[in-house]
Amino acid sequence: MENQIPAPKKRSIGGWGLILVPHFWLLLFFLAPFLIVFKISLSEVAVAIPPYLPTFDMADGLTGFWNGITALSLENYIWLTEDNLYWKSYVSSVVIAGISTFLTLLIGYPIAYGMARSPQAWRPTLLMLVILPFWTSFLIRVYAWIGILKNEGLLNQFLMFLGVIDEPLVVLNTNIAVYIGIVYSYLPFLVLPLYASLERLDGSLLEAAEDLGCPPWKAFWKITLPLSLPGVIAGCFLVFIPAVGEFVIPDLLGGSNTLMIGKTLWVEFFNNRDWPVSSAVAVILLLILVIPIVLFQNQQQKMAENDG
Amino acid sequence: MTRGPTWFNVTSLALGFSFLYLPIVLLVIYSFNESRLVTVWGGFSTKWYVSLLQNDQLLDAAWVTLRVAFVSASVATVLGTMAALVLVRSGRFLGRSLFSGMIFAPLVMPEVILGLSLLLLFVAMGQARGFWTVMLAHTTFAMCYVAVVVQSRLVGFDKSMEEAAEDLGCPPVKTFFLITLPIILPGVIAGWMLAFTLSLDDLVIASFTTGPGATTLPMKIYSQVRLGVTPEINAVCTILVAVVTAAVIAASVVTKRQQTRREREERAAFADS
Repeated sequence: MENQIPAPKKRSIGGWGLILVPHFWLLLFFLAPFLIVFKISLSEVAVAIPPYLPTFDMADGLTGFWNGITALSLENYIWLTEDNLYWKSYVSSVVIAGISTFLTLLIGYPIAYGMARSPQAWRPTLLMLVILPFWTSFLIRVYAWIGILKNEGLLNQFLMFLGVIDEPLVVLNTNIAVYIGIVYSYLPFLVLPLYASLERLDGSLLEAAEDLGCPPWKAFWKITLPLSLPGVIAGCFLVFIPAVGEFVIPDLLGGSNTLMIGKTLWVEFFNNRDWPVSSAVAVILLLILVIPIVLFQNQQQKMAENDG
Repeated sequence: MTRGPTWFNVTSLALGFSFLYLPIVLLVIYSFNESRLVTVWGGFSTKWYVSLLQNDQLLDAAWVTLRVAFVSASVATVLGTMAALVLVRSGRFLGRSLFSGMIFAPLVMPEVILGLSLLLLFVAMGQARGFWTVMLAHTTFAMCYVAVVVQSRLVGFDKSMEEAAEDLGCPPVKTFFLITLPIILPGVIAGWMLAFTLSLDDLVIASFTTGPGATTLPMKIYSQVRLGVTPEINAVCTILVAVVTAAVIAASVVTKRQQTRREREERAAFADS
């Protein structure tokens, strides 16, 4: 990527405006909010509007600011380690996201592979069919599964009609429903980058392997899989990272014992109205996700360099 | 890979696509269900669509959502296109990696974090919450998607035409509107549509940043879904799915037609010379 960046030339006023406007917007609405979250995570909860203390009072000048600083404390973070609910939520979010990512890969790989192997003329249509659900509302797609998975739902009706089961399966409000929801919602995110890397694969390598007497499964294992690895990694990150902080899926499909940190944060904020603790929850979640996000970005950059 | 599909490929595609589409198809079918019990088929009926038209709360929410989506998608498209130009064209500058980080991070950042942080910003600014705060929040995360879509269009861009225009004394702003914009337009339009549907779709960020009088459709759907599945919600969902599907298919047909026309014109131009 670096070598594609043109050398700096003299910038006009318009050029500076072009750089400054989106910068200003993102600094104000993306970066500044995080600093505020961090600050509030160090505050105390209070019965006031806004419901936390201290609020910085600029009218008092520097002394007011300094008093505010000294009133901050790590209490909320200590609280997070003391109450089992929080660290259990973090661990269970990561575990659920990990299992779901793996399941998405198991289902997504054959789809991407099938797309890459299909005749050239089909591919735009197939690609469109993968992208289309991505445009449809996330909430609607999760909601559609409630009608299918519930006890008197369509899946149980169908299985009982076939005579496979006598008693309805309890799927809704369990972790299994959450896995299904995540796999279903995030499948296009995995299939698209994977398809992109499988499509670029040089077919002559496989032909050569075949000519030399390599059985197809071995050719897949030795050639296709390693060469598609960048797509696999990109796809898995795109599923894993947002899945960790998922709220809608565990809330609608999961049960009361499905712990996920997005849901915990939501409850802390909307039901308990404890803004400082929910800010602390968000800061820790961010710290957990920083590592995969940075890894993902590095990998994307490497892929861009290989293309160039 | 050019070799033909095997039975395994065809089966996995068939199973994969039925997994992707079956839930939505079932939802659409059951929105025409006569029975109040959502999962028992009681005959064909459009009565839930009729009752939808009389549900003022739902219609209000839909109107708020459309306005938020339209304004935020439009602002996000302008900002996102600028950001894409900065990423691809502006060369090295101080804070470049911070900037690209700020563009890519919202794409994967959990929505609860984005929503919470924006809400706390609005509270700290003393801004009353409502239509405008939801709009600002949606603009912020949608512009990043627009930037990525437009950027991919800009990377494969032949700069010689721009350079020719500038050599002939065309000012940069005019060059942008006469040459650059028409070429990247499909990307810009796709970016706008993506921003629009993302805003239409968003529950979490809107729930955090909204205020009195600005309940969006996803929030309305969510609060009703929590009480259980109803045919009325199925009907709302069906309408949304139908609108989005029609728009996406129309857009792809138009882009494809434009592309073939441009290719034909280019070939004709080469044949003449």
